[in-house]
Amino acid sequence: MLGFGLLSGVTFLPLVGAAFILTQRGEDEATLRNIRWAAFATTLATFALSLVAWQRFDAASPEFQLVEEHAWFGAGLVYKMGVDGFSIPFVLLTTFLTPIAIYASFESVTKRVAAYMVAFLVLETLMIGVFCALDLVLFYLFFEGGLIPMFLIIGIWGGKRRVYASFKFFLYTLAGSLLMLVAILAMYRQTGTTDITVLLKSHFAPQLQTWLWLAFFASFAVKMPMWPVHTWQPDAHVEAPTAGSVILAAILLKMGGYGFIRFSLPMFPDASALFAPLVYALSVIAIIYTSLVALVQEDIKKLIAYSSVAHMGFVTMGLFTLTPQGVQGAMFVMISHGLVSGALFLCVGVIYDRMHTREIAAYGGLVNRMPLYAFVLMVFTLANVGLPGTSGFVGEFLALVGTFKANDWVALFATSGVILSAAYALYLYRRVIFGALEKASLKDIADLTPREIAIFAPLVLLTIYYGVHPQPVIDASASSVAHLISTHSALLDAARLASAH
Amino acid sequence: MSFFPLLAHHFLPEVVLFVGLLALILVGAWRGDRAFALVTELAVGVLGLAIIAIVFSTRPEESLFEGAYMDDAFSRFLKVVALVSSLGTLLLSVDFLRRARLDRFEFPILVLLATLGMLLLISADNLIALYLGLELMSLALYVLAAFARDDGRASEAGLKYFVLGALSSGMLLYGASLLYGFAGTVSFSGIGAALTGSAPLGVIFGLVFVLAGLAFKMSAAPFHMWTPDVYEGAPTPVTAFFASAAKIAAVAVAARILVTAFPGIAGSWKQIVVALAIISTVLGAFAAIGQQNIKRLMAYSSIGHMGFVLIGLAAGTPGGVKGVAIYLVMYAAMTLGAFAAILNMRVDGKPVENISDLAGLSRRDGTMAFFLAMLMFSLTGIPPLGGFFAKYFVLLPAVEAGLAWLAVIGVLASAVSAYYYLRVIKIMYFDEPAPAFDPAPLTQSGVLALSTIFLLGFWLYPAPLMEAAGAAAQSLF
Repeated sequence: MLGFGLLSGVTFLPLVGAAFILTQRGEDEATLRNIRWAAFATTLATFALSLVAWQRFDAASPEFQLVEEHAWFGAGLVYKMGVDGFSIPFVLLTTFLTPIAIYASFESVTKRVAAYMVAFLVLETLMIGVFCALDLVLFYLFFEGGLIPMFLIIGIWGGKRRVYASFKFFLYTLAGSLLMLVAILAMYRQTGTTDITVLLKSHFAPQLQTWLWLAFFASFAVKMPMWPVHTWQPDAHVEAPTAGSVILAAILLKMGGYGFIRFSLPMFPDASALFAPLVYALSVIAIIYTSLVALVQEDIKKLIAYSSVAHMGFVTMGLFTLTPQGVQGAMFVMISHGLVSGALFLCVGVIYDRMHTREIAAYGGLVNRMPLYAFVLMVFTLANVGLPGTSGFVGEFLALVGTFKANDWVALFATSGVILSAAYALYLYRRVIFGALEKASLKDIADLTPREIAIFAPLVLLTIYYGVHPQPVIDASASSVAHLISTHSALLDAARLASAH
Repeated sequence: MSFFPLLAHHFLPEVVLFVGLLALILVGAWRGDRAFALVTELAVGVLGLAIIAIVFSTRPEESLFEGAYMDDAFSRFLKVVALVSSLGTLLLSVDFLRRARLDRFEFPILVLLATLGMLLLISADNLIALYLGLELMSLALYVLAAFARDDGRASEAGLKYFVLGALSSGMLLYGASLLYGFAGTVSFSGIGAALTGSAPLGVIFGLVFVLAGLAFKMSAAPFHMWTPDVYEGAPTPVTAFFASAAKIAAVAVAARILVTAFPGIAGSWKQIVVALAIISTVLGAFAAIGQQNIKRLMAYSSIGHMGFVLIGLAAGTPGGVKGVAIYLVMYAAMTLGAFAAILNMRVDGKPVENISDLAGLSRRDGTMAFFLAMLMFSLTGIPPLGGFFAKYFVLLPAVEAGLAWLAVIGVLASAVSAYYYLRVIKIMYFDEPAPAFDPAPLTQSGVLALSTIFLLGFWLYPAPLMEAAGAAAQSLF
């Protein structure tokens, strides 16, 4: 195996499927079926392999595990992969959701199927790579490389304003991450390495930290997205095809949060403390403002997109409290939001495939014809609101507890966001599902097909399971969280001592 | 060293090229224009032999002709890049010239002549050799620019290039004479030894004039004025030649003269290079946005890329020169690939040059659209394509040399430039199809495919190229 390990296998396995699909020629039904099932099988195999990785992962240790390293470009760019408690949940989230996204596009994508599947498989490789990379530049390679397939997915298979949305997505993200690249180079200049494990133990001068933090922030805040650089996100979500929205909301947005946990907080502790009020302010604005914006949306996808921005506000807020509950809560919100927002976009996809509109006003009274669908949407709506018993509750609760410890006022405002989220989510649910079935076009709308049930079943189960039994997710990252916070406070104390002298 | 071993060793690629050139003139004179195909094929063979002569040589580094000529790892590396670019140009030219009824045997010979000039330029180690190489290259290029003499645009391009080129040669010569006057020697290392501490004003003047002349050849802004018009007017294979091989030679000699002749006044020349880099990257990014003609787009794109090369040069370290060498390799591959695609753009036998002619290409010719899209992503600098590594390895030494702010300007300019590269992809993938292109000849599709595959797969096994570039850079210091 050339000395490559399990994580390389998980990362690059989707490319094998992509290579197979590229050999398939022809547009007839049999070929298309082959292509679809090949893509699905590849992602399932990747999921299975990632479960093996999870099984070998020792959650009790905060160290990087399953590490592999190759010289590659020499100093400044080595091939180093590994996972710890922060990254393994995201790897699993990615490998779990990609087969679902691909299975969900079996019927909705009919043009250029081979290219579509290849784009998704390449995207999966790049997403897993982001979470496994232990070299800063390697991380950047995966992080930025993901722009190519996503740009094409939005632009080719997207909705009416797809060109505008794809350009906005690409240029926003690129501008942010290029500044990060310069910061990475500056870190290399200081330390002579881009190895993340070494950088985590290095200390940068506070002055330099400020600049580095801002450059990383430019990239992650756009990706997250944080107010006020979130405007690409509703456009991209609305115009992307269903599976594209799922991947965007569930995984690509998490790269921002992951970046904060992996780089900004541990590597620039002084700057993180310095900028925490800024992050709090932006998070609170995001939570309240985008919730209010969501309330007036006419488009279902746009409403969910804005609600994602609000939820990501909880993540950034929780992270920068640097309390165990806050960071743990942020991790949990990200995983839960991955499941729930992905599922919500799939729910929109179900009715969009039938009616070809996302206007809320075009629906109403669906419960009369689609009781199963009404149930599924109910579960995810409530999880989105954060009802106890669903996975949405645990994370937001922990994040708020952490914030109360750090700053009462921030927590107070953020809590009001929970109420607002209940308002827009339930209002949406009422307008789409309840009421009399008056519109003629909806008279013979069909309920979920067995294929769709198969898509939603694992998501519903996990959402409720993690709601009543959150321990597996918390355990996976607990030791890493504890390690992060103890090193962070030690570094801050050292800095305080140094400035006192 | 006696004369013949010298010819057979250190000067072998040039000798191969020169002898081949003379033989091809005889073939052409004997058989007339019927010999076009034969002469082109033989010229490709001659270039191939020259490449082999360099790649498989085991000679140590050697200074020739009383220090006028340097055969070192740096010159060998860039000679190979320039020769491969010339070879690519010849492959791209056959079909185009035949269809445009320009299939005269002088064309491949002029390309060889210009290439010989490039080799001399890359190895030049004193001011005289520099000027000789530059003029040999330029004179051949002037003729090539106006090769389609019945075409008004091409004649205009040739004239513009000639007049402005002559002006820039004059400036370079003037600068060289000032340098000689103050340093008392024409050799680069001699000048370097003479200039220590604070340089007299005349030397700074000379330096500025020499740099201006070279910046003209590599079309770094603000000496770029000729580029869009000449790119648009000249026959497309000639444009490819200007964009790839000619610039490589100019950058090579600029790197050599700055590093070997002016290490003592690095502070002065770095200011100039930094200014050129900023103007070029920014201008290349913004001026290309409004272009409708793809050759003009490539002209501004190349100005922006030269800006990035100059960022690496501004670092002035072995790492910076290594980055420049890698950048030139990637740049050559991207340029040749892009021009191969442009040559493929032909409807009903006539070449078309508007970006809108690419509309819906992904549904007409998926393979070509994919290759061109990857080239555009690579030109933008998106990983894991070759164009990213090119940018990475010039930005890295620049930041190491304390030029982080310059790197920030560079990356912001490249974010702006992403817009127009993406526009090409958008037109190919998202728009409704325009009339289909004619079937492309194998040579053009082959160049397109090879260069794209190189850029796509570079990350799989980068070690040989990285090591060669590192050795090349080290030999200058």
